[in-house]
Formats: sequence, C-alpha cells, structure tokens
Amino acid sequence: MTSAKASVKPHRNIKIEIQNLLLRGRAFVALIIVVVVFSILSPSFLSGTNIVIMSKHVAINAILAIGMTFVILTGGIDLSVGSIVGLVAMIAGGMINEGFTIPALGVTVYPHTWMIVLISLIIGTVLGTITGLIIAKFNVAPFIATLGMMYIGRGFAGLRNNGLTFANLVGREEFGNTGFEVLGAGTFLSIPYSIWIMVVFSVIAYLVTMRTPFGRHVYALGGNERSANLSGVPINPTKVIVYAISGFCCAWVGLIVASQLVAAHPATGETYELSAIAAVVLGGTSLAGGRGNVGGTLIGAFVIGVLGDGLIMLGVSTFWQSVIKGAVIVLAVILDQMQARMQESVALAQQQEK
Amino acid sequence: MTVASQVVGQMDTHPSPMADVCLRAEGITKVFPGTIALENVDFNVYRGKVNVLVGENGAGKSTLMKILAGVEQATHGRVLLEGKEIHIKSPLDATRHGIGIIYQELTLCPNLTVDENIFLARELSSNGVFIDRKTQKKRTRELIRRLEQNIKPEAYVGDLRIGQQQIVEIAKALAQNIQILIMDEPTSALSVAEVQVLFKVIRELKANGVSIIYISHKLEELLQIGDYVTILRDGKLVCEAEASKIDVPWIIEKMVGRSPSKLFTRTEHKIGEVLMHIENMTLPRLGGGYVVDHVSFDVHAGEILGLYGLMGAGRSDLLDCLAGTCPLANGEVILNGKKLLTFTVTDRIRKGIVLIPENRQAEGLVPTLSVAHNMTLSSLARYLSRFFISRKKEMAAVNGMIKDLRVRVTNPNQLITSLSGGNQQKVVVAKGLLTEPKVLLMDEPTRGIDVGAKSEIFEIMNNLALQGYGVVFVSSELKEILAMSDRILVMSKGKITGEFSHDEATEEKLVAASAIGHELVQVENNSNGGK
Repeated sequence: MTSAKASVKPHRNIKIEIQNLLLRGRAFVALIIVVVVFSILSPSFLSGTNIVIMSKHVAINAILAIGMTFVILTGGIDLSVGSIVGLVAMIAGGMINEGFTIPALGVTVYPHTWMIVLISLIIGTVLGTITGLIIAKFNVAPFIATLGMMYIGRGFAGLRNNGLTFANLVGREEFGNTGFEVLGAGTFLSIPYSIWIMVVFSVIAYLVTMRTPFGRHVYALGGNERSANLSGVPINPTKVIVYAISGFCCAWVGLIVASQLVAAHPATGETYELSAIAAVVLGGTSLAGGRGNVGGTLIGAFVIGVLGDGLIMLGVSTFWQSVIKGAVIVLAVILDQMQARMQESVALAQQQEK
Repeated sequence: MTVASQVVGQMDTHPSPMADVCLRAEGITKVFPGTIALENVDFNVYRGKVNVLVGENGAGKSTLMKILAGVEQATHGRVLLEGKEIHIKSPLDATRHGIGIIYQELTLCPNLTVDENIFLARELSSNGVFIDRKTQKKRTRELIRRLEQNIKPEAYVGDLRIGQQQIVEIAKALAQNIQILIMDEPTSALSVAEVQVLFKVIRELKANGVSIIYISHKLEELLQIGDYVTILRDGKLVCEAEASKIDVPWIIEKMVGRSPSKLFTRTEHKIGEVLMHIENMTLPRLGGGYVVDHVSFDVHAGEILGLYGLMGAGRSDLLDCLAGTCPLANGEVILNGKKLLTFTVTDRIRKGIVLIPENRQAEGLVPTLSVAHNMTLSSLARYLSRFFISRKKEMAAVNGMIKDLRVRVTNPNQLITSLSGGNQQKVVVAKGLLTEPKVLLMDEPTRGIDVGAKSEIFEIMNNLALQGYGVVFVSSELKEILAMSDRILVMSKGKITGEFSHDEATEEKLVAASAIGHELVQVENNSNGGK
C-alpha cells in the first residue's frame, strides 16, 4: 500500500493535454500531412496555379459544408444539398436559355442576369426553409425530411428539361442576359470569384456562430434541445433558419457550378451532400450536435479536396481514391469519439479537483 | 488492516467486532487524470444491514460505488466477497457476484415500457426465441405491487415522472437475484409516502439477508434506515460508526470537517404587494381529468412560496404551466396587474417569469457549452452591441453572477460538466437571474446536491426575496419547505388542498393536506408478490 501512495501524487498531466490538443486540431494535422506528402510525391503540387485550381475545387464543397455546419451543429443533417444544387442550376440555366413563358399572354420574359442570380438564391433559400418547416412544425426527423427533399429536388431538376442539359449558358446580347459565365470564370485580384465567396461565407459564418445570439442558440439547440427550450431559445425558428442557410449555400454552389461549366445538367451536384457532411465531420463537428466550428469545417473541406486532387495528380485509380477517402472519413470519426472521451475524463478530473 | 481513523470519533461509535461482513473493499485508490478521487479507502458491507455511505459531493461516494458495481476499476486495492478476492471488471461481473446498483441519474430507457425496462437484457422467454411478454408483465405487476405503486407495466418509462421512474428502477433491481444492492440517492425524487414504502421494502430485503449500500444527502433519513454509517471526505475515509450511536450534527461535523452552522438561515423579509395572480390554471390529463385542476393563487413581492405535495400531485406541472412549457395549459396569469396573453417560454421569460427546472441534467444545462455560455443562454439579447454579442458585457454579467452566487469555477470558459452538482445548480439559477425576472419558479432546487451547496441555494433564495422577487419553490423535503417558506401551498391530485403561513405550518398539517383525495387509493396492499 505504501508504494501505491507514492505513485498517486496528483499532477497536471501534460501528456494528456498534448494528446487532447492534437486530437482537437486533428483536421489541421491531417491537412499538413496531406500537403507534405503530396508535395514530396509530386513537385508541381505546391505551384501557385495548382493551389488556385485546388482551392477552386475546394470552394464548392466548402460553401456547402459551411451551410451543413449550421445544420449539423443543431443535431440535424441535410441530405438534400446535392439535389438543390442540381435544381437551382437547372432553373438558372433554363431562365437564361428559355426565359419565363407566361402562357396567358403568350409572352416570354428574359430576366437580367442579376435577376436570375437573385431568383435562384431565393429559390434555394425557400427550398431550405420548406425542409426546415417540415422538420420543425411536423417534427419529422431531419434525415427523413431532407431525404424526401433530396428525391423531390432531383426529380424536378430532371423534369425541368426532360432530363436534358441546358447547354451554352452565355445568354444573348439582345436579351441583356449575358455574363453568367463570369461567376465561374472571373477573378478578382487574380483569384476566382468562387474562392472569394468561400472566404466571405467563412468569415460571416464564423461571426454568426461565435458572436451572435442566433449562433449561440444553434449550439444550445444541438447540445440539449430541452434545456434550450426551457431557457427561452426559439427552437423552431432556429431550426428553420438553419436549413434556410443550407439552402442558400446550395443555391450559390448551383450557380457557380453551372457558370463554371457554362451548362446545367440535371445530375449536377449528385453526392455533393456526402462530401459536405464528410468535410464537416472531418473538421471536428459532432454529428450529435452542439460541438464543432466553421473553421474546422473549412479545414475539413481542404483535406478532402486536396486529398482528391492530389490522388488524381499521382494517377491513383478512382476506385482507390474512393477507398482512401472513405478510410479517412471513418478515421476522423473514430478520433472524434476518442477526443470526446478524453474531454469527458478531463472534465471529470476537474470536477473531482474541487 | 485496521480502520485508519477509528481514533476520530469521540463517542464510542465503532461497530462491534461480531458483525458479519459479507463484502469488504480494502485500500481502494482511484486516480483520474490529474486527481485522486479515492485514497486508500476501506469499506465494510455488513450482511443483512443497511450500510450508509455519506459525504459531500466530490467526496468519492459515487466513485466507490461505481468500482463495486464494475463501472470503474480501482487503481489500487482489492474487493473481498465472503473473504475471497473478486475482480469486478464490468457491470455484468457485478451482477454475477450478486451486486446490483440503482444509480442516482436514472438509467432507464424512456422509449421502452416498464416491463421491458425491468427485464432489459434478461428478457424472459419460454422458447429461447421470443420474449414472453405475458409473464414479464405479470412479474412486473407483482413487483410494482410490492412497492405499493400504481404503475402499469405497459406504460412507457418516458411518460412517467421522475419519482415513478425511480420506483421502476428499484423494481428492476428487485427483479434480479441480488445479494448486495447499492442505492445511490434513491429517495431524491420521492415523496414522503413513497420514501416510507421504500423503507418498508428495504426492511423486507434486509430480512431476506440482502445487504444494502445506501447513499443519500438526507441525513435524518439515513439515521432512520441505516445500521452502519461510513463517512468519506475528500476521497478519504473519515470514520465508520453504528447508526444507533450517532446523530445528525455528529455526521455533519465529520462530513464537513467543521461544526455544522445552521443549515437553513431564513431571514425575515418584508412581504409586498401581489406580484402575480394565477386564476383558474388548468392542465388536462391525457385520458381525462386534470393534472392541474383549476388552481388559483397569489404570489407576493418578496415572498418565498413553498409548494408541497406527494409525487404526481401536480406541483411541477403547475410550475411548467406558469413557465409556458405546456401548450395545453389554460388559465390566466396576471403579472403586475397585466394579463399575459401568450404561452411560449420565450415570452414568459421576457415578461419576467423564469423556471429553474427539476431535472438539472436534462432540462437545466447544455452539456456541450461552457459555464459562461450556459449562464447567459436565456439573456443573450442583453449583451448585444449592434449584431454581435459583446464579449465584455457578457463576461461582466457572468463574472458578477459567479461572484454573487459564489460559483466555484477556475475559469468561466470551462465546460459546465466539469462542475460539481451544487455548482451546476448555481449556474442554472444564475441563468434565470440574468433574465432579470420578477418571479422565479424553482422546481426541487436542492435535488441531489450536498449540504453545503444546499444552504447556499437557500441563502440565494433569501436574498432574492429580500430584493423583492417572488420565489415559488417546489420541494419534497418537509424540513426544507417548512424552514424556507413564508407561505406554503399543499397540492393533492392537481388541486390546492391546504394553505399555511410560516408560523402555522407543521409537518403533520402538510402531510395531512397532501393526502386529501388519496384516502381511497392508499389501501394497504401487501402481497408477497415479486421475487
């Protein structure tokens, strides 16, 4: 028993704290590893042009993942992301190439490009709002409600043009609807617009989640819905807004993708929801809600994007790419669980210290 | 190995050496990262006796029980069952050795029925494939009857109130062939009548040779039911004594390490005008009748109004109605002469009525948020500058509350779950106070917290009354309610059945009033059912 006594001196366990720090910053560590490995294996990997190209790919997923972060922080999930991207792309493409036909008057109206962007954003947001209302008012599980919206959205995306593509979305001078392709191809300070959009969204999302009452409500809702409710958090409005934000992000991605391709295909955005969820989870946001942040999501999106592009550059087959991505995602969740457990034991230790 | 601190007691309190020890924990040490929860603790469990374990929160009681129940493993030390060393590596191991536990935080599945919970992982089956629901229900009915309760085996546990869930938890333990039963605060949610039923069951179990390990913060209760008392402080064994030879002040002294000052310090305060008037509040019960049955009463400024009643009397439901959590509630709430027209929680908080809920873990706190963020959750709008929460304003409010309520934290940004129960409760109270309420509704504010924290919560209530708040509080503990209330309302079956001023209230009167309407139900129902 005397030997036992000697070894139980309480000491701030530095090893555990370092482990905890590494686990918390695991997405960042992963990003560094991925970048280092690829830049050794492929010399052109870290060239300026390649970084811009990769960031452009990352931006699409990151914008979706930012919206998804809000949803997942409340403990929900949004599977309809990819479909809304597709639907919005088809609607925007349709408006450019065909305009609106008002049957009663037999008149076709071609809205201005700015108008098209605005209408598309409204449609995306409204679709998200509808999903949110279904979840909040009718108490439908988010998985189911967004699964439904996923099928509905994809269905309408196909119906819009009988499953065909709207090609060559350049508009016509005489209708005043040219310039749509600028969104995808244009640059500011030689950085593509899509990357700027990602940056702006990240900053706004960071401020909203960390500094506003709404953001705090999102975290509280995900942490414990009942006590959030009893604390006077407006549960239902918060839920609806969160899905509306996700819808808004989808609309932007729909526009960006259509603009980059100068075409809108009904299958645009298929499986995008999965990449977005993967980025969020990889970034340390708990699927149970209440834990995580936008910064992590951004890093998560970069890990997935860089991993994907790097593997392509190395000529790894798509099948192996898929295997590797899947393994990384599962590993991320395992680490997430480990971190949660470690946090728990640290909390317990603090409690016992009193 | 001798009990290290036998010298501590001045009275001759040591158990006689003749006593029959069936389970003995020797030199138990448990180290968590950065802290020692238990240090070289010895603990004896006497056969067929109630072995009480007391200590303040964080003294290590729960850790010791978790080690015996196989949830945690000791860092050092050994456990002897009938003189032979055993290794308890999992709860299943513990059950195999005949050790069962009823946790303080309920561990039932709310989505399953009563009988499914009781036979969870031990489902009865006649053919090895399908569950024999009929027998399960029959045995459940017998067990519940033995506990003199009226709970249907088909009821979903989630629909039961906490007190009833506790009964189911006890029935679950009874359903197993348990030789040593650990009860961690079994009465924290029970009414006086239910406690008596539980004590009867405990005596019955004792007679059958079952040894009980009993943890509770209610000291009078411990002496009433306990045979042996073991006291822990700061993870160390203080002393062991026979319950018949000691009294409450002695226990408190040993627990706290200092002489007990007065626990309830009720200061006289002026009672002002009517602050809130409730008219005809009703809450219909599913399947007919009322949970809250046309209740009308006043709350004055600067008044502490106690609500007493048996479990299921509708006390908590009444508070829920006032706080706006029951959409089906009907009735008028008139605050400062103005009728409140809306029924949402958000709106009630804005108007100045705030609830400190009964179940701290499930309803009071958001476990993923920090202490500071939990505290300000209800009052975020107050710290806005433009669109953003001003960190300065928020932290000023938080630090003010931490100081006022003496919340023990090292850093307001630490996770709420790292605080002890009493401090967590103070954070919930702080959250309510930061909304600058007029009326504070407190549902069992001292449930499951230690003596020191309790008296601090009472002090806070006193101060609030002094400042002119109206405080309505529900408690199942007669002593608390008698000591703290300026006025006491007793509820039974959803109605108010008694009203007493501080001076006229006595335990007998409250108990009598709380039984009104129960005469027919409380038929002695002593079958020897159950196994």
